[in-house]
Amino acid sequence: MTKAARGSLLGIEHMEAAEILGLLKLARHMNPLKPRPLLRGKRVLLLFYEPSTRTRSSFEIAAKSMGAMTTLVLSSGSSIEKGESLLDTAYTLRAVGADVIVIRHPHAGAPLLMANNLDIPVVNAGDGMHEHPSQALLDAYTILRHKKTLKGLQVAIVGDIFHSRVARSAVHLLSKFGARVTLCGPSEFLPEMATSLAPGLRISRHTEEAVRGADVIMVLRVQKERLAGTKISLQDYISRYQMTMARLKLAKRDAMVMHPGPIIRGLELTWEVADCPQSAIVEEVRNGVPVRMAILAKALGKAR
Amino acid sequence: MAHGKSKSDSLLIKGGHVIDPAAKIDAPMDVLLREGRIAEIAPPNKIRGGADGKLDARGLIVAPGFIDLHVHLREPGQSYKETIASGTAAAAAGGFTSVCCMPNTQPVLDSPEWVTWIQQPERGAVVNVFPIAAATHASKGAVLTDFRGLQRAGAVAITDDGRPILNDAVMRETLRVASEINLLVIQHAEDTRMTENCSMNDGATSFRLGLRGMKTAAEASIVERDVQLAQQFTGARLHVAHLSTADALKAVRRGKRSRARVTCEVTPHHFTLTDADVGDYNTNCKMNPPLRSASDREALLVALADGTVDAIATDHAPHAIHEKVMEFERAMFGVTGLETALGLAITRLHREQKVPLTRIVELFTAGPARVMTLRGRGTLARGSYADVTIFDPKKRWTFEAAKSRSKSHNTPFDGWQLTGKVVATVVGANIVYRAD
Repeated sequence: MTKAARGSLLGIEHMEAAEILGLLKLARHMNPLKPRPLLRGKRVLLLFYEPSTRTRSSFEIAAKSMGAMTTLVLSSGSSIEKGESLLDTAYTLRAVGADVIVIRHPHAGAPLLMANNLDIPVVNAGDGMHEHPSQALLDAYTILRHKKTLKGLQVAIVGDIFHSRVARSAVHLLSKFGARVTLCGPSEFLPEMATSLAPGLRISRHTEEAVRGADVIMVLRVQKERLAGTKISLQDYISRYQMTMARLKLAKRDAMVMHPGPIIRGLELTWEVADCPQSAIVEEVRNGVPVRMAILAKALGKAR
Repeated sequence: MAHGKSKSDSLLIKGGHVIDPAAKIDAPMDVLLREGRIAEIAPPNKIRGGADGKLDARGLIVAPGFIDLHVHLREPGQSYKETIASGTAAAAAGGFTSVCCMPNTQPVLDSPEWVTWIQQPERGAVVNVFPIAAATHASKGAVLTDFRGLQRAGAVAITDDGRPILNDAVMRETLRVASEINLLVIQHAEDTRMTENCSMNDGATSFRLGLRGMKTAAEASIVERDVQLAQQFTGARLHVAHLSTADALKAVRRGKRSRARVTCEVTPHHFTLTDADVGDYNTNCKMNPPLRSASDREALLVALADGTVDAIATDHAPHAIHEKVMEFERAMFGVTGLETALGLAITRLHREQKVPLTRIVELFTAGPARVMTLRGRGTLARGSYADVTIFDPKKRWTFEAAKSRSKSHNTPFDGWQLTGKVVATVVGANIVYRAD
């Protein structure tokens, strides 16, 4: 199906479980505080068509921790503004000597298109509403630092599932390892067909029901402007789906609270939940670096 | 296949099996064409007298020339995608002797001058071209065009294809004015207010790919409204273009049971593929209306067999490579289809679904001729135009997009093995296509 170069990371959906485990294992050997010149002389191109804080900085730090050279290209201020097509931009970056391209793009499938037309690996740093595989990998990495296995874990994903590439990647990954995933949100953000994404997926419209007995609660960001197009008001959303300490108490005592960021305190979660001892939100960001080191090392064939 | 000059005054098609649903013929017959007309049709070896040319049709089906109600020939204005010459060459290779071309050109076909221009011999058409004109100025959905003037210039129908008429009052007025001059109104049924930023059908695949999906209601609601409006005017004729959903079919059936004159067409890609075929962002499976669910496709198959559907039309929509090899959401809507239509119909409808060959021929001939009231076409009855399509219903072949006559190769069927192939296409007693 795909003609992508070896080492490309395009999405979790088509990955084998063994491949995912391999990356997670490799990440455990990565330590940004102890730089290893694994990628010395390699050029990592960070091509960002959308704003990003966490993903961009952690890919950059991951690359530099392994001795690679990084170049950042943003859609604004580049020839992309002059109408250059995605593939022509890709050929240009290849020609200047990129060894790997890390791309974030507002259109679903853009990384796959690029990978299918290049002879260097492409890493998807988020494409439209499709996938955000490095986020799912760092989430799995984070969960596994606290839980023995993903198998049988009860996971609730709450919020705007429809618009979320994080949710799609997380669902694919967790389902591959036998976690029991419940998606929770209003129908505007969680259509019934969401259950077709992976076998065994469940839907709940009530936060209490979704989080009861959960081992992991993933909270997703909600954009106010997206609520504007629906029948539910901001107040409605907050009262029904906001993660509060009271709702968190319904979960297992050692339940983890996760969030891909950026968080909006007072909207999808309260101040208290964001900073509570069970919150793994900051740890997720920290774990993003070793996980992305593993992704880049594997992309460039230095996965040892 | 015997000799036969490409230009001849008379042509005898000998030894074939004629299927002409309009004339209720399904038997071995010889057909003599002379001076652009069907001169004689008779049982084998009964036709006396000579002909300038002969076509040996032994083992082949001889049918009235196929009619495609829906093609985009891209002229004027977008000849980098297709020209009237290249598009009609592809039509001839697909067995079509007549095509009706859509007005979403540049400029939009909204004036009699352009309608005339399309039909000029300089365009190099090798099959009959019947222009369909815009219903509103620049297809903006506001001010009606000059229907009478367009009709006099040769327009066979009006439509704002691709830019459906949403405004109820404008659509009502369109049907009213058109009904007075017996002009067909074609609608691309899509409530575009519901499909903004959508690039495929709403379903499991669109959800998986993170693409916004078009709901079937966006099509069905417009068909329902149009059928109701059409019922208000005696003589109004409404044709639903590229119908793709089960719900829209229900509306058409209701319309047909009432006194409304409602017809509809279905494309080969909609009866062959489903939204799952989009796979991982295959832009050659991106068209509008989009590939639908398996249950919608099932409903189309039933309606094609039971007579609800009046015609198979290709919605041949050529696009250049740079308009397709790009991000899925940005890629143009549309696929080519002229050269694969018959093969897909025989492979999918006849061989898999057991739809009789006569019904398939009807969907390519008598059906579309009736929709468009093209007199003297869609039949081999004596005196009709000498348009004939000769095909081998058993021939297995592989479609190669690179060898297409079309200037564009945006097809989902590249490399497909099909059964049923056009052997010769005859327009006005002249052979315009012959398989190698």
